[in-house]
Amino acid sequence: MTALTKPQPVLAVRGVRKVFGSNVVLNGFALTVAEGQCTVLIGASGSGKSTLLRCINLLEVVDDGVIELDGEDITDPRVDANRIRTKVGIVFQSFNLFPHLRVLDNVTLAPRRVHGVAREQAESEAMAMLERVGLREKATARPDELSGGQQQRVAIARALVNSPRVMLFDEVTSALDPELVGEVLSLIKDVKDEGTTMLLATHEMGFAKQAADLVCFLDGGRVLEQGPAAQVLGDPVEPRTRQFLARIIDAGRL
Amino acid sequence: MADWQPSALQLERQAYRRSRTRRSALIAFVSTVVVFAAVAIAVVNSPGWSRTRDSFFDLRTGWHDMPALLRALWTNVQIMLICEVIVLVLATLIAVARTLQGPVFFPLRLLAAAYTDIFRGMPLLIVLFLVGYGLPSLRISALPSSPFILCIIALSLTYTAYVAEVLRAGIQSVHPSQRAAARSLGLTHLQTVRHVVFPQAVRRVLPALLNDFVSLQKDTSLVSIVGVLEVVLRAQNFNSQDYKFVHYVFAGLIFVALTVPLTRLTDWIAARQGWNGTGGGVV
Repeated sequence: MTALTKPQPVLAVRGVRKVFGSNVVLNGFALTVAEGQCTVLIGASGSGKSTLLRCINLLEVVDDGVIELDGEDITDPRVDANRIRTKVGIVFQSFNLFPHLRVLDNVTLAPRRVHGVAREQAESEAMAMLERVGLREKATARPDELSGGQQQRVAIARALVNSPRVMLFDEVTSALDPELVGEVLSLIKDVKDEGTTMLLATHEMGFAKQAADLVCFLDGGRVLEQGPAAQVLGDPVEPRTRQFLARIIDAGRL
Repeated sequence: MADWQPSALQLERQAYRRSRTRRSALIAFVSTVVVFAAVAIAVVNSPGWSRTRDSFFDLRTGWHDMPALLRALWTNVQIMLICEVIVLVLATLIAVARTLQGPVFFPLRLLAAAYTDIFRGMPLLIVLFLVGYGLPSLRISALPSSPFILCIIALSLTYTAYVAEVLRAGIQSVHPSQRAAARSLGLTHLQTVRHVVFPQAVRRVLPALLNDFVSLQKDTSLVSIVGVLEVVLRAQNFNSQDYKFVHYVFAGLIFVALTVPLTRLTDWIAARQGWNGTGGGVV
C-alpha cells in the first residue's frame, strides 16, 4: 500500500557493515535518500561519512547489507560496477583532478570514453557546464594553475556533466580556504535547487541549515539521529548529538 | 563486534565470490597447460627436431661443462658488481649536477648534458672498442692496460649515462611543493636534494634502475670482444670444440638465474617499504 503512495527512493541503504581490520566503521547502517532531496551527513571524523559515500560509489566493497540505487541492489557481486558508477557522481575532498589534462579534457574524459559522446558534442556540453560553474575562461588551463575553489568547481562540473542519478559530496570544502568555501557551497546550493538528488558529508553546519532537507548525525557506525536541519541542529534529542554540536560551536563553525 | 554474524545474503555473496575466484584460477590453469602443450608438441614434431635436440638440448654435455661456465661467470659477476657501484655514484653526481641552478653552474650542466648525450647515444660495442683498443694504443704508462679494467671503464661510461637520465627523470617527477617545503625549513639546495627529493626520486624510478642493472649484467658478456674470458666466450670455446649449442643455452639460463632473484628482491623491498602507490586497492 505504502509502495503505491510513496515513490521509490533513489538510494536505499540497509544494514550496511564495513570493517577495516578490527575497526568497525559502518555497523548496520540504514538510510534512504528520496528523489530531489539533499541529505546531509554530519558527525565526528571517523564516524563513517566518507566510507559510506565510497561504498555507494562502489569504491569500497561492503562487508554486509544492501545498497539499492533506483531499486537495484548495487552491492550484488554480479552487477557491473562500472555501469553503476556511470549513474553516481562523486566529488572528493582533495579534488582529484587529473593534473596532466586541461580543465576541458578533465570534464570531457568520461562523456567521451564512458558514455560514447562524440568529441564536438562532449566539448560543447563541457563548455556549457564550465560556464555553469563560472569557469568557462579556464577551459584550457591545467588544474595546478587554478585556485582550490576553482579546482573543486571543475571537479563538480566533471561529475555533473554525466547527469548522475545521485551526487555524492565528500567534505568538498574541507581542503579550501574559508574565503573559497562560499563559492563552492553556493554552487552546490544551485545544483540542489535544480533538483539534483544529493548526499553530502560536511562539517559546514551553516550550509546544512540552509540546504539540507534531511540532516543525519552519524555515530558508532550508524545514524544516531535524523530529521529536518532545524530540529537536528537546533534542538537535538540525543546527548551525543548535543555534545558534537557543542564542540562545533566552540570551534566557531556554527 | 563479536556478536556480529554475517547475514544469509552476505554468506551467499561470499560463496559467489569464492566460486568466481575458483573459476578464474581454473581457466588460468587450463589455458596455461594448453598453450605450453601446444608449443611443446609443435617443437618436438618439427622436421629438424632431432638435430636441434642433439645440438641445443644435449643436457649431458651441457651439464658436464657447466662448472667451467660457472668459473667464467665469476668474471661477469665481478665486472657487474664493480660497475654497479661506479655507475651509481657517478650517475647520482651527474643527475644532481644537471639540477643545479644559476649561471655559475652552467659549464657543469653543459658538461653533464654533453656527456649523457654522447654516451647514451654511442653503441656499447663501439665504446668497448674505443676504450679497449684506443686507450692502450696511446701507450701512456699511467693508463691501465688490463682488459679487465678497460672493459669496466667502458661499461661504466655507457651505463652511467643511462642511469643518470633515469635518476634525473625521477628528480624532476618530485612535486615542486616538496622542494618548497624543504627550502622553507632552511635546507640548502643540496640538502634538499639529498634528504627530500632524491629519496623520493629513487623510489619512483626503482624499476627503471633495476632494468638498467639487469641490462648491465647481460652486457658484461660483450667484454669478450676485448679478450676478457667470461661466460659467453667460454661457451664459444666449447662450441668450437664440439659444435654443440647447448653451451650457449646453459650460459643464457645462467644469466636468467642471476637476474630473477634480483628482480624479486627489488619487488619485495618496494612492497615492504610501502612504495607502491596506485595499482593496489580494490578499485
